[in-house]
Amino acid sequence: MKILVCISHVPDTTSKINFTENDTKFDTNGVQYVINPNDEFGLTRAMWFKEKQGASVDVVNVGGKETEPTLRKALAIGADNAIRVDVEAKDGFQVAKELAKVVKDGGYDLVIAGRESIDYNGGMVPGMLAELTDANFVTNCISLEIDGSNAKAVREIDGGKETVSTSLPLVIAGQKGLVEENDLRIPNMRGIMTARTKPLNVVEAASAETETSSLSFEKPAPKGAVKLVDADNLDELVNLLHNEAKVI
Amino acid sequence: MSVLVYTESENGKFKKTAFEAASYAKAVAEQMGTTVTAIAINSNDVSALGTYGVDKVLNVSNANLKPFNAKSYASAIKQAAEKEGSKVVVLSQTADSKYLAPILAVNLDAGYASNVVETPSNTSPFTVKRTAFTNKAFNNTAINTEVKIVGLSNNSFGLKEVSASATSEDFSPSIPNNGVTVESVDKATDKVSIADAEIVVSAGRGLKGPENWGMVEELAEVLGAATACSKPVSDLGWRPHGEHVGQTGKPVASNLYIAIGISGAIQHLAGINASKVKVVINTDPEAPFFKAADYGVIGDAFEVVPQLIEKLKEFKAANA
Ligand SMILES: Cc1cc2nc3c(=O)[nH]c(=O)nc-3n(C[C@H](O)[C@H](O)[C@H](O)COP(=O)(O)OP(=O)(O)OC[C@H]3O[C@@H](n4cnc5c(N)ncnc54)[C@H](O)[C@@H]3O)c2cc1C
Ligand SMILES: Nc1ncnc2c1ncn2[C@@H]1O[C@H](COP(=O)(O)O)[C@@H](O)[C@H]1O
Repeated sequence: MKILVCISHVPDTTSKINFTENDTKFDTNGVQYVINPNDEFGLTRAMWFKEKQGASVDVVNVGGKETEPTLRKALAIGADNAIRVDVEAKDGFQVAKELAKVVKDGGYDLVIAGRESIDYNGGMVPGMLAELTDANFVTNCISLEIDGSNAKAVREIDGGKETVSTSLPLVIAGQKGLVEENDLRIPNMRGIMTARTKPLNVVEAASAETETSSLSFEKPAPKGAVKLVDADNLDELVNLLHNEAKVI
Repeated sequence: MSVLVYTESENGKFKKTAFEAASYAKAVAEQMGTTVTAIAINSNDVSALGTYGVDKVLNVSNANLKPFNAKSYASAIKQAAEKEGSKVVVLSQTADSKYLAPILAVNLDAGYASNVVETPSNTSPFTVKRTAFTNKAFNNTAINTEVKIVGLSNNSFGLKEVSASATSEDFSPSIPNNGVTVESVDKATDKVSIADAEIVVSAGRGLKGPENWGMVEELAEVLGAATACSKPVSDLGWRPHGEHVGQTGKPVASNLYIAIGISGAIQHLAGINASKVKVVINTDPEAPFFKAADYGVIGDAFEVVPQLIEKLKEFKAANA
């Protein structure tokens, strides 16, 4: 089985979010980048397939040279090859089209992406990729098993979960549950050393078009101070929630 | 030309998000000088849609569309958009609508903006405000394709009633074969889901152990709320994963969010910031959550929560 894991390169969850150039660009100053958390769960599941069922695992990112340390980290965790499509990621559709070309050229059976990227929050690349490559698609995937060309997946739905059967070629958009937090791997020294010599192929972009454009960013309006209510005076809290906030 | 809205239902009944999406579609249609058409799939009674601004309903009743399948639903919605010549398609952001949206986008050659929180600031170029960086910021995005798909963030627009009624016509789209078959659904029917909830009661590690969740559930029950938790609580197995909210869990955009024994780490706040009113109950006055909350009680959850339950019961009895 040939597995491709899509890796989005995102600001660490503790990052302060600021903008520059008249609020049109994300301010990368002092920001640490990581593998998108949803993708990390997927990558770990891919390693499980590799070790338990025999599979090759490639990772891919659509982005500039600055994403290479993130791809190296994925190699250190155990991926075999990394691919970087050399173009700035501008919107979900463009990224999905670039990824579709990688998927077709590489003949992958299973593509594991994340439910959503924590920076763009599109929740769209994997579904578009599936449709562009005529693959089956399961989103919010919290469990995946493969047997030959058959797959069984569990998807989180509002208020519960749903078990589905499907077949390869398949794209999933994964999240926590695909593996547990404790299963995530921190690259060890040996992994980091071997990652240096693993292939990281830079491929030319297919010059896919975009459908949307980012015009500007805004930060939420600053919050007023909290109103404290005495623990012995909870009638007041009920009163405030009813008469002032009007939420009960 | 009409704005098309997919009004999602469950077991034949419209979800609240369907009425919200319809209300939003009506506002967009007014901006564009056109009408609203809804596509309803296996809904028992579509008459309520008129109240939320829908002019015409394309009523689909097809046993092959039960249970939900993203590809089939996307195909039905695509055929409705083509039939109506719609340039704007509005979806809500339930799990199912988020699932079908990217598939629909590819098939309609439409640009898609998800997590949209306001009506377009401009219709040409069609510009919407959406959340980004997991609620730490907003992004103004232009959709440049002829057909546009807007995913309306749940609870961001609200319900707007009008006094009108909708006409209904039967619609029978052709349904393609699809490669994903539902085997089983496991869903607590007696509980409000976080996505649908107007009020969410959430608790963290301050509660010390899973045995102490009885009061959280009781508070939720009194309020008709969904229960949620912080990430370590689900990682420790005290609560199911489905309850984990925050940047790496579920987003919460409820009207009221009550956080009990949750410190207010940046990753937690990111996921719940879109909630309108936030209440924190915490022993530590320095807990970061107090900076993000509207109302706060400095106190021990084990004393405050049971009292709050009593006060709310009294309030409910008095206002019944
Ligand atoms: C990559 C990454 C992603 C993450 N994503 C998320 C996420 O999506 N969601 C999330 O929640 N976290 C997330 N976290 C974890 C986050 O950083 C915090 O560790 C977590 O939110 C803390 O949970 P907590 O507030 O329940 O526990 P704690 O930080 O331990 O806080 C417990 C609080 O309870 C209070 N308390 C103690 N006793 C009582 C009492 N008797 N009555 C009232 N209050 C009491 C304490 O004062 C304290 O403020 C993430 C972390 C990382 C690194
Ligand atoms: N630039 C990118 N390169 C590779 N994969 C990506 C990229 N952007 C998004 N993805 C994948 O698509 C998922 C969803 O991203 P999004 O649609 O932006 O929310 C991510 O979790 C990744 O798996």
